Amino acid sequence: MDDKGVKFVIGIYEDEDVLLDAISSVRAKGVNIYEVYSPFPVHGIESRLGYKRSRLSIAAFCFGFLGTCLALTMMIGMTTIDWPMIIGGKDFLPLPVFIPVTFEMTVLLSAFGMVGTFFVISDLKPWGKPKTFDLRSTDDKHVMAIEIEKNNMSEAALKKLLKSNGASEANSKLMDE
Amino acid sequence: MKDIFDFNIGIKKNLLYLFFGGLILSIIGVFQLINSGHGHEESTEIVNAYISDDGHSEFHWYKRLYSNLWINVVYFLGISISAIFFVAIQYVSQSGWSAGILRVPLAIGRWLLPGSVLMLIVFAITNHDIFHWTHEYLYDKSDPRYDYVIDGKKAYLNLPFFLGRMVFFLGIWYLFYALILKHVAKEDKFGGTESWKKLFTISTVFVVIYAFTQSVAAWDWVLSIDTHWFSTMFGWYVFASWWVSALALITYMIITLKDNGYLSFINHSVIHDLGKFVFAFSVFWTYIWFSQFLLIYYANIPEETIYYVERLESDFYFPFFIVNLVLNFFFPFFFLMTRASKRFTRFLKVACPMILFGHFIDFYLMVTPGVLKENGGFGFLEIGVLMVFLSAFLYVILSGLTKLPLVAKNHPMLEESLHHDI
Repeated sequence: MDDKGVKFVIGIYEDEDVLLDAISSVRAKGVNIYEVYSPFPVHGIESRLGYKRSRLSIAAFCFGFLGTCLALTMMIGMTTIDWPMIIGGKDFLPLPVFIPVTFEMTVLLSAFGMVGTFFVISDLKPWGKPKTFDLRSTDDKHVMAIEIEKNNMSEAALKKLLKSNGASEANSKLMDE
Repeated sequence: MKDIFDFNIGIKKNLLYLFFGGLILSIIGVFQLINSGHGHEESTEIVNAYISDDGHSEFHWYKRLYSNLWINVVYFLGISISAIFFVAIQYVSQSGWSAGILRVPLAIGRWLLPGSVLMLIVFAITNHDIFHWTHEYLYDKSDPRYDYVIDGKKAYLNLPFFLGRMVFFLGIWYLFYALILKHVAKEDKFGGTESWKKLFTISTVFVVIYAFTQSVAAWDWVLSIDTHWFSTMFGWYVFASWWVSALALITYMIITLKDNGYLSFINHSVIHDLGKFVFAFSVFWTYIWFSQFLLIYYANIPEETIYYVERLESDFYFPFFIVNLVLNFFFPFFFLMTRASKRFTRFLKVACPMILFGHFIDFYLMVTPGVLKENGGFGFLEIGVLMVFLSAFLYVILSGLTKLPLVAKNHPMLEESLHHDI
């Protein structure tokens, strides 16, 4: 392993309650936490980490609106403008008939758009490389990662801080960015 | 923390003002109707000419009053039974989040008994004027007004069976409500989980029974007004309308109580969940409404489209048709879409009364065109009768709220409700 990359200190936690308290006390020391990984959803972890609310719902609305517009444009373009046809004695623009397809397209695009957006922002995109600080975070351990450069504490001091807050291990790891 | 609701003289006075205000408006409305000649000698002939070949009776001013009475009876009774249904669902799903708020829907259920009595009285007065099928001559083959279609429905639409169903539904709903109340009171007194387990069983049975009886009640009380017409979506449609009104009322009452210093343990997450309920079921109502409309529009069968022709082609009812959709779908959909709007009470305090009024319009639009045809109107009379009913309804549910403490202190899941966090 060469020396290129970013250096992290990672703390391993066994219990989620210890982890939650540790997050609070580490942040109270002014330490900037890079990310916390856990094998299952931990209730209330976002507010402890001070995360702002996800903007995923805004993306969902935009994609949904796009779906509405696309569906209406497609149907009106085809059956009203391009090749007007009378179906079932209805107008050339039978709006109620278009609603189910519009609804489906709205739901489809907002769902797909949301999944896609989520993959991109959380590094799960096909060309992305998800960061795994410790493989045990996919099994039964919680992992707290702290970027050394972003904090004005030494590596040893950070390790000591994590240990004093209930971490069962405190390691350092080099990740290539 | 105030534990028991104080139904003080100030609130009672306001309700009295509301009642008398409504009464005065209704009387003005009635006088307007009589004086406008609507329904008296001059105009009845024209009306007769239009309707008589249909076999319908002529228009009198009191028909409009009756139609209003029936709309309000059905609307408020539906809200109160839906509130009981809300309580039952919380017990069936063994929900924890709602444990702290259940006393409010329970209090709304207090209207069930007076509402039922009122319904029977109003039906006894208005049966021929609202329900066309109650006329004897429709079933008499020798009468020129004999109606082949309605005669075919005689096995179901006849007075004894109809009244029997009405009494049975109201009775069985009240029975379950009384059982729920009994065990809730028991839980307050003795604690433990025994009452809670009993309530689970009672609620499960009630939910199943309600699902069937509510649908049939909707056919009887609302759908049978348009006797020739039918819709398989109608039971759901009425259910959705009642249910979302009840949810809006529960939410609004909880917010108002909280603003006045009661229920201070209710946090924003509970309000958020209630707001989600109101939002979701507004969309559900639209789904049902649209499913009914689309099928009839697409199939284009005259005996089905008549229902919408009466509402869409009429200069008078068409604006209500639009208002109904705007108030009950577009407005809640866009207004309550964001998280903040459901989490902070300022938005919900606007949205809930609007939705409640919107569903009153919905019932107005279900009942009035069938009863009054082109003689319908919306004026002092409609607002007045609504105010009279609203004051009585609020009086009953607010005095019901004083009968039990606002906190279900022995509910086994109360703790979860207090720490509800989403």
